[in-house]
Amino acid sequence: MPETVLDAPEKSRKSVKFILLWTAVSLLGAVAWGVLALARGERISAVWLVIAALGSYAIAYRFYARFVARRVLRPDDRRATPAERLEDGVDFQPTDRRVLLGHHFAAIAGAGPLVGPVLAAQMGYLPGTLWIVAGVIFAGAVQDMVVLFLSMRRDGKSLGQLAREEIGRAGGAAALVAVFAIMIILLGVLALVVVNALAHSPWGTFSVGMTIPIALFMGFWMHRTRPGRVVEASLIGVALLLLAIVGGRWIQESSLADAFTLSPTALVFCLIGYGFVASVLPVWMLLAPRDYLSTFMKIGTIALLAIGVVVAAPELRADAVTEFATSGTGPVFAGSLFPFLFITIACGALSGFHALVASGTTPKLIQKESQVRMIGYGAMLMESFVAIMALIAAATLEPGLYYAMNAPAGLLGTTAQSASQAVAGLGFTITPDQLAQAAHAVQEQTLIARSGGAPTLAVGMSEIFSDVVGGTAMKAFWYHFAIMFEALFILTTVDAGTRVGRFMLQDMLGNVFKPLGRVNWKPGIWLCSGLVVAAWGYFLHTGATDPLGGINQLFPLFGIANQLLAAIALTVCTTVLVKSGRLRWAWVTGIPLAWVTAITFTAGWQKIFSADPKIGFFAQREHYADALDAGRVLTPARTADDMHTVITNSTVDGVLIALFLLLVAVVIGNAAVVCVRAARSAVPLPTTEAPYVESRIDAPGRPAEPLVGARR
Amino acid sequence: MNTRWVRAARWYLRELTGESAYDRYCERHRRHHPLAPVPTRREYQALRTLHQENRSHSRCC
Repeated sequence: MPETVLDAPEKSRKSVKFILLWTAVSLLGAVAWGVLALARGERISAVWLVIAALGSYAIAYRFYARFVARRVLRPDDRRATPAERLEDGVDFQPTDRRVLLGHHFAAIAGAGPLVGPVLAAQMGYLPGTLWIVAGVIFAGAVQDMVVLFLSMRRDGKSLGQLAREEIGRAGGAAALVAVFAIMIILLGVLALVVVNALAHSPWGTFSVGMTIPIALFMGFWMHRTRPGRVVEASLIGVALLLLAIVGGRWIQESSLADAFTLSPTALVFCLIGYGFVASVLPVWMLLAPRDYLSTFMKIGTIALLAIGVVVAAPELRADAVTEFATSGTGPVFAGSLFPFLFITIACGALSGFHALVASGTTPKLIQKESQVRMIGYGAMLMESFVAIMALIAAATLEPGLYYAMNAPAGLLGTTAQSASQAVAGLGFTITPDQLAQAAHAVQEQTLIARSGGAPTLAVGMSEIFSDVVGGTAMKAFWYHFAIMFEALFILTTVDAGTRVGRFMLQDMLGNVFKPLGRVNWKPGIWLCSGLVVAAWGYFLHTGATDPLGGINQLFPLFGIANQLLAAIALTVCTTVLVKSGRLRWAWVTGIPLAWVTAITFTAGWQKIFSADPKIGFFAQREHYADALDAGRVLTPARTADDMHTVITNSTVDGVLIALFLLLVAVVIGNAAVVCVRAARSAVPLPTTEAPYVESRIDAPGRPAEPLVGARR
Repeated sequence: MNTRWVRAARWYLRELTGESAYDRYCERHRRHHPLAPVPTRREYQALRTLHQENRSHSRCC
């Protein structure tokens, strides 16, 4: 109802209610933050974390997001969106905002927000929580919303196109190469998480392996048997999936167990083969059904986890801030809190990858401009909440167990005794018995050095879930449920990412050799798919065989890459704000840009130039090369071959980081020139915004033409 | 009350998965080409698949 229709008393009653409501929300949030900040020495309930986060999100959405939307972006609901103007019933369709929120959330949230916070828990739960909440409010959600808005005003152009058209050719080309390179690293690291979660686990390998025939079955069902019946196929798929988890236990206890007990290297080749086949098979067969399955599981499990945390109200066993936050000598990832915490938690706080989603499919489906707040900002807040829950799951574990699972294998050794000693060396305690019991409770052979975040999260989730449903008897089921659901997410990202990478590569190589650019020329598809798979497969393989622990080495690379993508996206946003005469408001994206540039370039600098071989890749290279020349073998390497592996890997990683930083510096430099020119120019510089066309859709809920998702 | 929730959930699921896209496609088809026969569900599915084949679809981490 428009506000002008309200009479005076009703209006004042509304504003009193408004003030009361938001005062209550603020108080609740403040009390929760107070409890978190002041609790020292005693254990507090995870519910305080949930309340603090939700209270902050509510206030941010109501006030800051509204301010950014209204003052800075200035959406106009009388202006037709591309979905309305270019409606073609396929790519462009005005879509109900609640449905689009679901689509967008499913597209942005994956395993990222589940992995980063778990690793970051080595610095305690407080720094991670603060960064996740503040980061999403002032940086991550703002980036998503602004990119979504800018792309929507430009008919849904991609981030690469936006960079080329708004910044310039050099910036655009650098952005394109950076996006491709970053995606390769991302896929390699995510696949590594799956390898670490499934290695030597017949139960996990079987149930995750079963997702392939299940997806194929669903594909044939939706394509051949009953075309288009997605909901029923998905429900059958989810039921089969649960059956596959139960079946995994039988396999583990049967004679087939050996067939499903795979080494990390064997899993690497399985994943590479799978990735290639999945990306060349028709989409309907494997990729589309897997996507549905993963969306259902994602929304279901996240809801379950939220309910579990509130009902079970577990205690946080980790310290609020550990000494690794200041010393920078943590075993999970090296380096001090600034900058390494901020690159370890990317997804959930600020994730550059979202800019690719927010500038692709979603802007072509928005019904009304003002909905960018709910879809862009709102979906990112939801992802941030997922990250908070992952952090809670990790922080509820006994710290001894946490370090026994997440420190590198080289440090922990392979037996419960050696791991127990190593953990004691870190300043925490877990007896060999307790370690064996923890593994037995979830029916795994071992939990030692199961880095990558997924197994830790799964143990945390199994504790929370089994508190609510099933007790200890169900713990192993819930553990494998969590493993399966994470692997499902990641494999979906790997499939989809390989395809996206293939399209990008075809696009780039098409400039050199025309036929390669054609999206339906089979040899071109095979070649480009093969190249993309080989590229991420290389990182996956080095990660799985790295004596220093692949996750420990590669995760910083992944975090820096993802945050650098955010730097590119925020640069595009800031440039457009300046060019369109909104210099006054440029700080809205400019401050997050300055922050993300500071953290990525500091982290990158340390990774390249630090003299500490634990942090600097080149120092590490030298350290191992010198030892090799002197004929020594440094632990955790065991052979001269291991030493060579470390030397090659650290060189590749160091060069890559330098390349990334260079590319992003080109984008930022080019943008700075454009911004200065824009600020000096008397007339606004031309932007590529699509011209104004009056909307014929009256108001949300009363469309002139049938909407996607309109209820009859 | 209960049936309303079930209906709302069914509506949301059908929309989210794109199952209802066919109905909308038919409606649109009738509006734009009133005389042409409406494609069957199977034909529509084939069209959609062909379309998906040439599009990439970002999924984040």
